[in-house]
Amino acid sequence: MHEQGLRVLIVDDEQELVSAIGERLGLRGFRTKGVTSGEAALDYLAEHSCDVVLLDVKMPDLGGLEVLKRIRQLHPDTQVLMLTGHGSRRDAEEGMRLGAYDYLVKPVSIGVLCRLLQDAGSHAKKDHTET
Amino acid sequence: MSKQITRANIAKDEVPIAHRRYRKVLIVTVLLTSIVAVVPLVIMTGINFRQYRNAFNFEITRPMLRFVALGQQSMATFLSQRHAMLERIARENTLAELQSSDTLTGILADIQTTYTDVIDLGLIDDRGVQISYAGPHDLRSRDYAFFDWYRQLRVGGSSVSDVVTDYTGVPHFNMAVQHRGDDSHLFTLRAAVDANAIHWLGNFETFGYRDHGSRCQGCHSLGVQASSDAFLINGSGVLQTPSLHYGQALAPSLLPSLPARSEATLVELEDGTGQALIVSYADVAGSPFRVVLVSPRTALHAGSMSLRRDLLIFMGVSILLIVAVVIGGSTYVVNRAREADLKRAVYYHELEYANKMAALGRLSAGVAHEINNPIAIINQSAGLLRDLMTWSKERPSREKILSLTNSILNSARRCGRITHNLLGFAKHMEVEHEKINLDRLLREVLGFLGKEASYRQIEVAFDYSGEPPSVVSDKGQLQQVFLNIINNAFAAVEDGGRIEIGIDPLDEHSVAVSITDNGAGIAEENLAHIFDPFFTTKEGSGTGLGLSITYGIVKKLGGSIDVTSEVGKGTRFTITLPTGEPDA
Repeated sequence: MHEQGLRVLIVDDEQELVSAIGERLGLRGFRTKGVTSGEAALDYLAEHSCDVVLLDVKMPDLGGLEVLKRIRQLHPDTQVLMLTGHGSRRDAEEGMRLGAYDYLVKPVSIGVLCRLLQDAGSHAKKDHTET
Repeated sequence: MSKQITRANIAKDEVPIAHRRYRKVLIVTVLLTSIVAVVPLVIMTGINFRQYRNAFNFEITRPMLRFVALGQQSMATFLSQRHAMLERIARENTLAELQSSDTLTGILADIQTTYTDVIDLGLIDDRGVQISYAGPHDLRSRDYAFFDWYRQLRVGGSSVSDVVTDYTGVPHFNMAVQHRGDDSHLFTLRAAVDANAIHWLGNFETFGYRDHGSRCQGCHSLGVQASSDAFLINGSGVLQTPSLHYGQALAPSLLPSLPARSEATLVELEDGTGQALIVSYADVAGSPFRVVLVSPRTALHAGSMSLRRDLLIFMGVSILLIVAVVIGGSTYVVNRAREADLKRAVYYHELEYANKMAALGRLSAGVAHEINNPIAIINQSAGLLRDLMTWSKERPSREKILSLTNSILNSARRCGRITHNLLGFAKHMEVEHEKINLDRLLREVLGFLGKEASYRQIEVAFDYSGEPPSVVSDKGQLQQVFLNIINNAFAAVEDGGRIEIGIDPLDEHSVAVSITDNGAGIAEENLAHIFDPFFTTKEGSGTGLGLSITYGIVKKLGGSIDVTSEVGKGTRFTITLPTGEPDA
């Protein structure tokens, strides 16, 4: 469905969630990569470029907001979609302030996720062409 | 949720103990208040009674003394006038003149114009023989040598005899003076005085007129009781004047002999018939006469008896009123106190529940995340399974399906465990004692906070070795205690902070659980108030009830709670719990 497919990095401390979402997005034509910690995400982004990061807010050690700050600093082209539980909606809003593209509350429907990833991806491309 | 804590529930549990307790309070209150109110009343009534009785007695006895003193004075005047008259006759006439009956008759006629009560006059020689006489009888040559009054002349030079009714048939008494004439001869001048003149103590002006057999007129005007009796007696107690109750003149008075008194005197005695009397009396100097006023004691007592009856009725009615008001008032107050206590107990119970729910609410972020994660996994795994079934050309492998369904099952189990914990936590509101493993309980409580600890990199250390002792206590309430304190510790520490949990068996009866954080600490001025209700330093976000309720619960469980803190270094809460069941 996408000639080249959006590059999506999925960051969540739940391995099973990362792999399930990754496979489903893969079936829908996205090129996905899954990691289970903030450090791993930053490591990956240091070597690979990526269109959108799907980022869990609550993670042990390096939290989602910290990771978001660094991505916005180091990789301004990369859009970030925040993924939160109900209780951490305030963190998600803080993420919006820090420059996230949007946020989603778990559990998310795959359709909504895809549409938001597309939007974020086209936003990233636009940014890219403008610069 | 087991929010079935109703007023009826609490009332049913607490009624037997409370009923006894309030009954005791009621009895003590009624007794003390009654004693405080009644004792002074009884004392005051007693004092009043004594004072009234004394005043009353005084009111009755004072006129009696005055009456007798006046009577004594009148009698003395009466006698001294006649005595002076005799002295004058003896002085102004020679013996020879007095020896003449004609002269004596002339003198008698002369003095009778002034003293109508003088019956006769006689001159007696030094042997006691009347040698000259003037009067209605022929008493010349009568020998008086053996008469008492004559013998008394030798001692005092003058005398007054008892009242007699001799051959003349007229009650009278003799007055005599002895005189030494110019030739040194001793002679005696005698006069008989009509006793009717002293029938009412000689002076009608002072004492008023008195009919025989009627009430004592003079008594009334002097304030003496009307039932009193006034009369003269001689030294042997023989009536010299008629009396109301003791017969005519010359009858024995039946009064016991009393010591001589020149001043009016009061005695209480019984007469010959056994009647209780108040007697006032005084002796008239230079005569055998004694003025006597007799009042029945019953008259005196009738007054004080009615006074006593009135006071007793007053006291009785007052005591009844006081006791009725005290019982009514105390019952009302104690009932109100009981209702208030009951209401307070219900509110407290509701407050505890609300606190527990609030504590759980504070955990909701962590809980939501914990539940959301497995649900997200279920969602995506199931979604993937459907995607594979819908879009893949070939059927997904058996391994793939198994792995996805296991993910779903594990996540569902995770959700179940969380909801189970949460429900288990919320439902323990009824007090139920059971054996509790403290280690497991603390880990359960921390289970809710585990995610928060990991997100905030808070290190939670269990600092004890060996098998921690178990306690017999109420699980739900202990959960609440630890949740409140651990919640506070989480709030106190910065991200990356440390919380230590220790369990120390103190002895075989008690165990101490300590929760130590390295957070902000509590300022010394606040430390003394942290268990006070509504005391909070989290302006706007705290109710100030958490630690107050925690304190209440620990007390209820028979334990104690202690806190030490240093600003900037941290706080340690130590909860000491009995290992056995607390005494109810």
